[in-house]
Amino acid sequence: MNSTLLINIARFIILILAQVAFFDKINFLGYINPYPYILFIILYPVNANKNGLLLASFLLGLTMDMFNNSGGVHAASCVTLAYLRPSFFRFAFGLSYEYQTVKINERLTPERFSFILISILTHHIVFFLLEIFRFSFFWNILFRTVLSTIFTLLLCILIIYMFKPAKN
Amino acid sequence: MLFLLLLLISVFLTIQSHSFHKSQVITSANFVSGGVYKRINAANEYLNLKTENEGLAKENARLKSLLFNKKDSLIDDSKNLPAELSTYKVIQSKIINNSYGVHENFLTINSGSKEGVKPDMGVLNSKGIIGIVEHTSKNYATVISVLNIKSQINAKIKKTNHFGTLTWNGKNTGYVQLIDVPRLATVKKGDTIVTGAQSIIFPENINIGTIHKIYTDNKTNYFTIDVKLFNDMTSLGHIYIVENKHRKEILALEAKNKDE
Repeated sequence: MNSTLLINIARFIILILAQVAFFDKINFLGYINPYPYILFIILYPVNANKNGLLLASFLLGLTMDMFNNSGGVHAASCVTLAYLRPSFFRFAFGLSYEYQTVKINERLTPERFSFILISILTHHIVFFLLEIFRFSFFWNILFRTVLSTIFTLLLCILIIYMFKPAKN
Repeated sequence: MLFLLLLLISVFLTIQSHSFHKSQVITSANFVSGGVYKRINAANEYLNLKTENEGLAKENARLKSLLFNKKDSLIDDSKNLPAELSTYKVIQSKIINNSYGVHENFLTINSGSKEGVKPDMGVLNSKGIIGIVEHTSKNYATVISVLNIKSQINAKIKKTNHFGTLTWNGKNTGYVQLIDVPRLATVKKGDTIVTGAQSIIFPENINIGTIHKIYTDNKTNYFTIDVKLFNDMTSLGHIYIVENKHRKEILALEAKNKDE
């Protein structure tokens, strides 16, 4: 239990640093950035305390907002993703997911893929909706969101299978 | 419920940041993000040393030529960086984080209230204007970039002295828009746009860019002009922060007018 806590704290810090130092600077085609920092929420232990996840996700989003001067956009989308995560587990792995030991970072099955995809989509859609509230560049933001989703999805899968923890 | 509470807080913060000016609660001008950005920048700086040196050498050469040809500087004082040294205080600083990929772009610089940086000071470099200081902490400050759809700066056409407002439409990082230019003005592609005298933030005649394209608005009888920036906003390094020492006096005087 203690080691999972440490792993998650380390993941939190490393993902934010990687996001801020590297992924925010990609600016593919001038302005498209991936957001693989939400891997923290995707990889959070399945059976862990739900309020803990909500608070951690809020903190994660708020830190991103601090670095990006973006108000509360990241925080809102992270909290929404954290809240809906159990439903996505049920959707992707079936009703009894809680009794099985669902592990995201293992061989890529259709279930795992659909879970990651729907999580990223949710995060980006909330992000997208809030940006629309702020401005009125509808098509521009929609275009960014679609490309960013694809970009994030590819990177998340890549990261998961690059840093797959050694099994003991 | 915890979820609703957290969601409400974040939506509140989003709306807060939307309402104009001085409203942001969470900014990158603080000890944590400022420190992280400073370290990232220190690493990145080595990669840009060459272009940075070239820029500084060029500016050095220009300043030297001003120094050696004092007569010229009298005739064309618009090229001189601080036009009236007595009115403006200049602080040298460095950009440690630059964003240009979203609609509301902010920069982070590594001087803060300790060096005398205050909100509403102008930020520029040798090529032209960059933005206006928004928030400060002890050692850092955030700057609203000209590439921010909230940014509004008074500017004019150098030749004809017609004023307009400099804004950004959120589309291209190389171009900003000069709006509300009267149709009477004779504008030509290639004309230089500089900061206007109505600005109490920037000195007059600081370079901004050249006219790239001219649109006429049929409804309002105003021109909208695409301005090609002299600065490459995607690659910025050393900057100057200018403070109009008379700003408070001017603001107080104008406030008096409104009261009457």
